[in-house]
Amino acid sequence: MDAILLQIFNGLDKGSAYALIALGLTLIFGTLGVVNFAHGALFMIGAFCSVTLQRLLTLSHETLDPTKLDFLGNPSKIKTPYIVEWFGADAGNTIIDWSVPLAILFAIPIMLAIGYVMERGLIKHFYKRPHADQILVTFGLAIVLQELVKHYYGANPIQTPAPDALSGVMQILPGVVYPAWRVVYFCFSLAIIGGVFAFLQFTTFGMVVRAGMADRETVGLLGIDIDRRFTLMFGIAASVAGLAGVMYGPINAPNYHMGMDFLVLSFVVVVVGGMGSLPGAVLAGFLLGILESFASMREIITLIPGINQIIIYLVAIVILLVRPRGLMGRKGVME
Amino acid sequence: MFGLEKKDLNLLIIVALLTMLAPFILNPFPTDSALAQFNAGYPDLMQRFVIYGIFAIGFNILFGLTGYLSFGHAAFLGVGSYSAVWMFKLLSMNVLPALVLSVIIAGAFSWLIGFISLRRTGIYFSILTLAFAQMSFALAYSVLTPITNGETGLQITLDDPRILGMSATADGSIPVTNIFGLEMRAATDLVIGPWSFTFSVGYYLCALVMLVAFYLSIRIFRSPFGMMLRAIKSNQTRMNYTGLNPKPYTLAAFVISGMYAGLAGGLLACMDPLAGAERMQWTASGEVVLMTILGGAGTLIGPVLGAGMIKYFENIFSKINEATLHSWFDVLPDPMENGLVWVLEHFVGAGWHLTLGVIFMLVVTFLPGGLVEGGQRIGRLFNRTKAAKDDESAATKPAE
Repeated sequence: MDAILLQIFNGLDKGSAYALIALGLTLIFGTLGVVNFAHGALFMIGAFCSVTLQRLLTLSHETLDPTKLDFLGNPSKIKTPYIVEWFGADAGNTIIDWSVPLAILFAIPIMLAIGYVMERGLIKHFYKRPHADQILVTFGLAIVLQELVKHYYGANPIQTPAPDALSGVMQILPGVVYPAWRVVYFCFSLAIIGGVFAFLQFTTFGMVVRAGMADRETVGLLGIDIDRRFTLMFGIAASVAGLAGVMYGPINAPNYHMGMDFLVLSFVVVVVGGMGSLPGAVLAGFLLGILESFASMREIITLIPGINQIIIYLVAIVILLVRPRGLMGRKGVME
Repeated sequence: MFGLEKKDLNLLIIVALLTMLAPFILNPFPTDSALAQFNAGYPDLMQRFVIYGIFAIGFNILFGLTGYLSFGHAAFLGVGSYSAVWMFKLLSMNVLPALVLSVIIAGAFSWLIGFISLRRTGIYFSILTLAFAQMSFALAYSVLTPITNGETGLQITLDDPRILGMSATADGSIPVTNIFGLEMRAATDLVIGPWSFTFSVGYYLCALVMLVAFYLSIRIFRSPFGMMLRAIKSNQTRMNYTGLNPKPYTLAAFVISGMYAGLAGGLLACMDPLAGAERMQWTASGEVVLMTILGGAGTLIGPVLGAGMIKYFENIFSKINEATLHSWFDVLPDPMENGLVWVLEHFVGAGWHLTLGVIFMLVVTFLPGGLVEGGQRIGRLFNRTKAAKDDESAATKPAE
């Protein structure tokens, strides 16, 4: 029983990353009708936002300590981060320790800006072009973004540790312990997903966007500048991906190709959930996450070797063939 | 001749001349001059030009004609490589049976995948092929290790049976790939003054195979079958209404392009008898898409050009480093030199992928027809003045 519970937790945890990325992809697809192959790159940029913040916070200056000598006999150098100098040792070190959660605040404006520039600068010109062209140009963009990050941050993964308080394990149920940060990640993703849905459901802005998703032309005829709102939605989708990346850093050290690895999977998730359906994307994300973690149980691997590697693709193929619209796809979207 | 129209025949002859004379054309700089790093006339690289040319020609038959964008073609390349290496392990080091087997296996594999994937169109088709390719990659990497040798990659060893050949040569080393005794790596050097040209058996074999593949693709483009494929691209519904079932045609195109990919994979294994799972990864599939689009999808010569361009960039651009750049811009004043080098060093060396991505984005955005369309536009620019002088009323426009 415990083993099954643990697998469900594992699955929810994996699934929350899939769901967040798929949610952003679906937002872009549902509003703008663009298939965004650069979405994985946005996820990766989010992760590197937290790397950048960590580097900024640990900017330090060197002082010589004449009482201690290093192995060459010179006075040893001591690095003091400016933050520690300004806020005192306790507060400074706490800020550095909490750099990943702080990076959420840092990443939102950056991702919004990147999303805005991307939509206005590039994607805008591709609304009338075939989907294949959109795939190709965003694929090119993904390569460019990835290579730029590689150029400035190097090809090796960079550790972004979770705060000390959250890096241990947590007792979630009697007898079941689980890494604390993964629980945080799950809750965080629920919050983001809830936030996006609430924004669309309960605000006037969200109402207009939903109307635009249903019938863009009529909304335009009513005198609403729907393009501007859709641009903002692109920014929001970019920040959802970015935040998913920021918080993912402590689970898997950010490297420049993490986006590509996630992209393929999240596309599969979107297709399984149904193109253009937000609840479908979230549901499929969690479902596939759970399926994957069950498939990686030792009993199942010994039964069908290698199943954990291919289960998601297998499910996607079956779903596409027997239920072409996906789990919750609407009629008439991309058929 | 060969059942081709004059224009196509000319194209074929030009391509034949270019590939046959490639060791000269790609080696324009003397061996010890500073520009020698731009020479691309060494066998290893030339082989890759033509092999990836074959791959892209095949991909173009599917994507260029029917418009179905497959993101999983590398799977067929990988399968071709694996089957060729198995042939070297079991039968003999002759490349001919290996190539035949790799084409057959890749064809069968692509029939299977195509049969399922082609039930859907558009982006769903792309994602299905992507899913299949990723599945094959994951399986080749893990469970199928007895067949694929997992992470290490499949290699030939001294104790392979090789029924028709020998397990080891007389001096106890692994035999090399050959075609009826002629070794693939055999090469002769021709030295003329400061220039040195290398002619290798492997390259010429690949080039001949590519010419045959190119000829076949011209025939497919010009055949009624090719017309059907174009009809699928332009309007599948209309084709249905006229009483034609598009499915068998699309599947045939998919299998043909899969066989081309298998052939390319087999040739890769012939030149260097090892096969690894990373050949099947989806980035490799992405690469052939880049090549085809860059050159010009749906044109005959485009994919070959694109493949050549990308492989040239990969090998030559990635060799340039910061020091080289500094030495080039030595004549400029220092701040200008440093600024220029700072900008350019993003794009060379390890950053050549960046160059590739930027060029690719520009091509997709501004030149959807690829290099071929670019060439045509430039050609029209020069011809316009001449044509205007002749007689404008004589120009006829085809009815849409």
